[in-house]
Amino acid sequence: MSEKVLEIRDLRVTFDTPSGPLEAVRGVDLDVSAGELLGVVGESGSGKSVSFLATMGLLPARARVTGSVLLAGEQLIGASNKYMRSVRGRLLSMIFQDPLSALNPVHRIGNQIAEMLQSHQDLSKRDAEKRAIELLDIVGIPQPSERATQFPHEFSGGMRQRVVIAIAIANNPKVLIADEPTTALDVTVQAQILEVIERVQERFGTAVVLITHDLGVIARVADRVNVMYAGRNVEQGTIDSLFDHPSHPYTRGLLASLPGPGKQRLKPITGFPPNMLNPPKGCAFHTRCEYAAEICKLDLPELQTFGDLQTACVRVKELPKAEIRV
Amino acid sequence: MPGLTQGSALSEQNEKDLSPRQMALRRFVSHKAAVVSCIIIGVLALFVILAPFTARYGVNQSVQAPPNSFLSPRSNAWLGTDDIGRDLYSRLIYGVRVSLLIGLASAVISVTLGALVGAVAGFRGGKFDDILMRVTDLFLAFPFLVTLLVVRNVLGGLPWLKPLTGEMNSVRFIIVLFSIFGWMGVARIVRGQVLSLKEREFVEAARAVGASRRYIIARHLLPNSVGPIMVALTFSVVGAIIGESTLAFFGYGPQAGDGATSLGILVGAAKGAVQTGFWWLAVFPCFVLIIIALSINFIGDALRDATDPRLDRGA
Amino acid sequence: MLRYIFRRLAWSIPTLLLVTFLVYLALRIGTNPVESYKRVNPRASRAKIQQYIDVNGLDPNFVQGYFKWLKNFITGDWAPSIKGRREVWPALKDAMANTLRLGTAATVVGIFFGLIFGVLAALRPGGRRDVFINTSAFVGISIPPFISAILLQLLFAVYWQRWFGFSLFPTSGVYPAGHTGFDLFLMLKFMALPTIIVAIQVIATYSRYMRSSLLDVLNSDYMRTARSKGISERRILIKHGMRNALIPVVTIAALDVGSIVGGLIITENIFSYPGMGLYFLKSFGEGDFPLLMPWMVVIVASILLFNLIADISYAWLDPRIRLE
Repeated sequence: MSEKVLEIRDLRVTFDTPSGPLEAVRGVDLDVSAGELLGVVGESGSGKSVSFLATMGLLPARARVTGSVLLAGEQLIGASNKYMRSVRGRLLSMIFQDPLSALNPVHRIGNQIAEMLQSHQDLSKRDAEKRAIELLDIVGIPQPSERATQFPHEFSGGMRQRVVIAIAIANNPKVLIADEPTTALDVTVQAQILEVIERVQERFGTAVVLITHDLGVIARVADRVNVMYAGRNVEQGTIDSLFDHPSHPYTRGLLASLPGPGKQRLKPITGFPPNMLNPPKGCAFHTRCEYAAEICKLDLPELQTFGDLQTACVRVKELPKAEIRV
Repeated sequence: MPGLTQGSALSEQNEKDLSPRQMALRRFVSHKAAVVSCIIIGVLALFVILAPFTARYGVNQSVQAPPNSFLSPRSNAWLGTDDIGRDLYSRLIYGVRVSLLIGLASAVISVTLGALVGAVAGFRGGKFDDILMRVTDLFLAFPFLVTLLVVRNVLGGLPWLKPLTGEMNSVRFIIVLFSIFGWMGVARIVRGQVLSLKEREFVEAARAVGASRRYIIARHLLPNSVGPIMVALTFSVVGAIIGESTLAFFGYGPQAGDGATSLGILVGAAKGAVQTGFWWLAVFPCFVLIIIALSINFIGDALRDATDPRLDRGA
Repeated sequence: MLRYIFRRLAWSIPTLLLVTFLVYLALRIGTNPVESYKRVNPRASRAKIQQYIDVNGLDPNFVQGYFKWLKNFITGDWAPSIKGRREVWPALKDAMANTLRLGTAATVVGIFFGLIFGVLAALRPGGRRDVFINTSAFVGISIPPFISAILLQLLFAVYWQRWFGFSLFPTSGVYPAGHTGFDLFLMLKFMALPTIIVAIQVIATYSRYMRSSLLDVLNSDYMRTARSKGISERRILIKHGMRNALIPVVTIAALDVGSIVGGLIITENIFSYPGMGLYFLKSFGEGDFPLLMPWMVVIVASILLFNLIADISYAWLDPRIRLE
């Protein structure tokens, strides 16, 4: 394995709400290696976005973040605002879900890219604008020099997402975090955006974290997958092993609910995600797990290596072999 | 109002089990300033209704005969006396009685009128709607006092309106005047609400099964506009009370006859008291007007927060 | 853009005509100009009265009368006030200058502080500072200007002198009686109280507008994008936050001229400040048609003008809006 650029250890995020503290992330461990594309999957509310917003230092002040996040060996949790500002956009950058609202409506596209360049590099305005046009070309926007002078409302959703990517990669960051980058887009456009992300990753060797609830997207582009449930990661491994023989009951459930050739009927996971104000004791999934036993209600399972997967399930050895084909 | 509504951020979980009305009530009660305002207005209303008992003197009764008729506040005239020695405290009670009557009556009339016109305009659209909006635009763009004075005189200058409006300096005339003024603001609000409701599924569904226009307006559009209408009602009450005071202040208010009074007349009298230094004549009526305006505004603000959950201004 | 402005200006002419016709009707019915003339000039000869009717377009037929008035108004053949000797234009011009001075001062002061308070409130929503600013603004809006004017006048005209032995702010007029010539310091001193009264209303209104507008912007996705770029908080607030939050505020400001004039009318009257407001109330009280009509034209024209300014500034600030 190549060097690790991002190491997350025991990351916890708690929000104070009027109804008491809400622990949205409950001890996440996760590594990202240079140049890889890591998929992070989970339902909404599983803490996948919050973990990475915490990594970026973009959570509101009322969120309490503990644990350790090392970016190329430097600690980010508890770092000064000034240091975090120098990290954001330079070493770490982020793409958000809704491209329609992610760009400032009153500034020109070129200007918004140039702003990103100039805030981390000593560039003249003219050089920054020239570089912005190159970036637009890289993400596949035709006639980049004309488009740079236009405003966001003159772009379609897919084109705007390309602009957002261009902004994110402007300073050639070590890690690019893409938070549901294709969810708000049409299916055909989704594929194009994924291609752009892959191209950028290959060209610059950027490590990409792709956060999504869509296993199909993961299957297409990811090298490794990390499955999250109720603020913890429950399983991780390479894309092939995870899709071939998932161990954790939740991962099995996710794959079983996915449409595929030769499948007669989709099997949804029953029940609802837990209320994070008052999560179930023990394994958070036991309320919905068909293999749950008494032991599952006692302790929080930790990630353990079984074969080529790491799984957080105490009964994993006792479970029948998965019969899932995708 | 953030902070004032902090308590309103009750957990979503708890609110799930409540009906919309209960939820609105709960949000309203958590607006502390509004609850205090309700109590103040309630006490005030009680004082005013029980005027024969709460007032110490008759509305036109002198405590002190001229020439030394300006008494400062003292035990036999708590808030002092006016130019002909009448007790300010008692006159304030009678004055607020008239002003609250003006406020309530014109608000009820203008809200009824405005809700109907606004609902029809919003629902039917077309020419009627266009003209209505142009007219209200025109009225609202002009400085308030100018329009008020001009419309007042026009109303008084049309002899065929006499049976409706009565004499120009009567309380009835003032009520008619503010009804004519108030309905436009209400119509705009209700129109906006209806325009957005019109596209909603339940109205489409009603139309699809062949419900009549009148039925849809009465059964779906107006009941779903109750929140904004209630808010408009409270603001109309304040508008009319302040409007009456403004008119009276500039000498165009009601002359309620036989020494009867209104808050506006009392505030208007303050103008003369300023230069001579009879401070109580200015301070107390102004204070009462401020308290009334502020309380009703707080209530209206809380109603708006309570009935429109989308506007979560509590941060 | 230029074409749009010209077309709008062209369109404002029929609007102006229609509205002035309505105003003409309202004043004819409401103030009964001929009767007012007879009341003020009880010994006027029949010929004098007829001349008054002719030059003001007060024919029994309202439409004919209006066009007669219009013709005289456009050709500059303005009737003198019903008191006879007073020319209308110089009086109107002075009133306009005085009001423009007061209104500009109050608006500039008001919008400046209003925006600052609004931003301060929005930066920490729900905090103590926000609650204080927002509640004060609410109280400020709820108190009608003539009430605060009376109370301030009571304080400064009577009690300040009594308590401290000198007068801080004069409470009436633009200059002391008998003063001639220009004196900036004296003028500012006389303007202080009326400016404060009008500015309080403006501050209260705009701090609320600014607060809610900026809160909307601060919660938007593009602010998160800006933060994820690692640029400084100040730059985020000014370049991304304020730039967007000001769009609705500027538009409302230009449309709000009517309510500012409304506040001015009341304030001017209480402080005997010889501006448009005092002019209006005096001439309205006397039913002085020759003085009132030009005043109305000025007001209507400025409302239309500010409406146009609102649209233009909106399009200028927001690239999504194209003027067609």
